[in-house]
Amino acid sequence: MCGIVGLFLKDPKLEPKLGEMLTDMLVTMTDRGPDSAGIAIYSGARDGLGKITIQSSQPESDFKGLDGALKEAIGKPVTLLEKSTHAVIELPIDQIQAARSALAKLRPGVKVMSVGDSIEIFKEVGLPKDVVKRFDVAKMKGTHGIGHTRMATESAVTTMGAHPFSTGSDQCLVHNGSLSNHNGLRRELVRLGKTFETQNDTEVAAAYVSRKLEEGQSLGEALESGLDDLDGFYTFVVGTKNGFGVVRDPIACKPAVMAETDQYVAFGSEYRALVNLPGIEDARVWEPEPATVYFWER
Amino acid sequence: MQSFDLGKEGLRALNSALHALKGQTNMTKWEVVNPKGAHAIAAGVDAPVDITVRGSTGYYCAGMNKLATIRVKGSAGPGVAENMMSGTVIIDGNASQYAGATGRGGLLVIKGNASSRCGVSMKGIDIVVHGSIGHMSAFMAQSGNLVVLGDAGDALGDSLYEARLFVRGKVKSLGADCIEKEMRDEHYQILEDLLRRGEADGKAKPEEFRRYGSARKLYNFNIDNAAAY
Repeated sequence: MCGIVGLFLKDPKLEPKLGEMLTDMLVTMTDRGPDSAGIAIYSGARDGLGKITIQSSQPESDFKGLDGALKEAIGKPVTLLEKSTHAVIELPIDQIQAARSALAKLRPGVKVMSVGDSIEIFKEVGLPKDVVKRFDVAKMKGTHGIGHTRMATESAVTTMGAHPFSTGSDQCLVHNGSLSNHNGLRRELVRLGKTFETQNDTEVAAAYVSRKLEEGQSLGEALESGLDDLDGFYTFVVGTKNGFGVVRDPIACKPAVMAETDQYVAFGSEYRALVNLPGIEDARVWEPEPATVYFWER
Repeated sequence: MQSFDLGKEGLRALNSALHALKGQTNMTKWEVVNPKGAHAIAAGVDAPVDITVRGSTGYYCAGMNKLATIRVKGSAGPGVAENMMSGTVIIDGNASQYAGATGRGGLLVIKGNASSRCGVSMKGIDIVVHGSIGHMSAFMAQSGNLVVLGDAGDALGDSLYEARLFVRGKVKSLGADCIEKEMRDEHYQILEDLLRRGEADGKAKPEEFRRYGSARKLYNFNIDNAAAY
């Protein structure tokens, strides 16, 4: 079991409340996955700026002076905003690759959670209520976001094993279920140049979608391809810079409920996660069909 | 009328109060407000009472129901009326996966659509769905009647025993050993009764349905397949 929540806002008036709404949804799903929790927030792009969200098990020493060291390494302005074990580095978008290379040398213990011009990912082991509090998710603003509470079945309960997984710029994926062909697929993706942080099945699905997007497929097409190539149980929710997609395997054992109003499209593993959203009483509520790709883009 | 605010009093208090009702009781009318998708609402009731849930429910609402009439003024999550023994459960909205699974008796009415595996392994329950049902419905269904006014998804009635499946709309595909069968007088009578009790008699007529049942080819081992094992 795992819990997934997602929110794609159509009404900009709700953007300041994205984090607050996602927090409530995620905490409601605690009993579907108390091991660890994570959230991907698309906080909106700023002209010419990109973001790297990093994580460290020794944030005091790793983050201290890191902005200065990176600025020196790339020769461009860098800001760093610490949030508990994570930090968001903001820098010119064309400097992301250079900064990642510098980061690997300057702070080898630091993990990259996400890169892009809008995405920020925060994830840790622990109860969802503690994880969202640690990162102050309720105060975050944005256009869309995805949250996950994990009950591990496939690999270790670690920070890096928590969802969302991000394997491409501004991309993320969360998963309820388990894949059975991830080892073979991982080998193929490694041959194609993908690198992996964990032994987790979901990371393979995320990398698979990233690879398909790199090959020129749209998000919808990438998820369609996944229906042929990914074997196992899954409900996936996928985020990109502009959109939000959902797909379930053809058997569709893993639960999924969606709600749509003029203001938002929302996803929950259970209806419970959606009950406090504004206007839910009059929302169109439905279950996504098996083996059917849904996505919304702005 | 007993009104119960689930948000304030909690699920355990509700189900304890309902379980305390044995046989005949004066407290025959119950209302549950603020269900907010909670699990196991009114599961295990064993008394001839009338319960209305004002809102949508989570997993296993009205599970194992005996004698009670339970109406959900919203949609129901997975496993509604699972293993129902008797009584009536009416869902005004849609039902999620495996509605009425393993049900042994009583009547389950779903006014909207039911998702996958509706009536899986049903053992005597009657299910009336006003809308459509999802894939793998009535998988290994043993007895009882499943009536669907809309369409059925893939693999209807896979590995079916003796349950009767009546579908008015299209069937996407039939499962292993499930075949269409002739409609006889007795079937029109069953349908007429179930449509009336399922609050659907104004929506559909018995003659609009087709019947599906077991070809009974999986009942015995086929010796021609011996080499496969």
